[in-house]
Amino acid sequence: MQSVVLQTVIKLLLPFIQVYGLYIIFHGHISPGGGFAGGAVMAASFVLFAMSYGVGEGFKRLPRLIAQWLESLGGLIYIALGLTGILRGAAFLTNVPEWLGQAGQLFSAGLIPLLTTAIGLKVCSTIVTLLYHLLEEGHYDSQTD
Amino acid sequence: MLQALNALLLLFLIVCAVVVARTRDLLSAAVIFAAYSLVMAIIWQQLKAPDLAITEAAIGAGVTTVLLLVVISKTGRHEE
Repeated sequence: MQSVVLQTVIKLLLPFIQVYGLYIIFHGHISPGGGFAGGAVMAASFVLFAMSYGVGEGFKRLPRLIAQWLESLGGLIYIALGLTGILRGAAFLTNVPEWLGQAGQLFSAGLIPLLTTAIGLKVCSTIVTLLYHLLEEGHYDSQTD
Repeated sequence: MLQALNALLLLFLIVCAVVVARTRDLLSAAVIFAAYSLVMAIIWQQLKAPDLAITEAAIGAGVTTVLLLVVISKTGRHEE
């Protein structure tokens, strides 16, 4: 099922897809999009690579264990950022007023870009893990871990 | 002009939805469903919901189609 045309197109297209995904994630507070949409775009790039080059090559680039750890890490970062509000004596997920900055700038809105990054990490690794579990069936028949 | 475009897109959407339900070849159904999602993304943009349009294009046309294609490749292509 390895196609030269598909592999060449994917190799050319992959950096643009990933840069667009990162752009959607990091501009989540000033333009349409955000963690979920950007994470889905990033996940689509990994899934396209794993489908066109074979699952084994995909596992080499983004191992399944790392994807699973990143998924938990995204949730933990979100909770930790939320708890900083409680530590400062306010409600959960309270924003930092000193970091708000100028509205419309990239570095503004306090905690929200960090929260969006955590959500993007979690969504991306969740979708990648989901598709890996489907694609790997029959790939590791002898060695089960 | 814009209204004619919207009407055309909605008509295409309805045709896609009916054809997806009626076709017996599951691979064709998955591809038509991807086309449905793409047109739906353009319609979200026309309805001034660009956030949903990005998500629909990534999830509906991308990940869901891959998911369905993987499932079809594991099972059978034709409906009994």
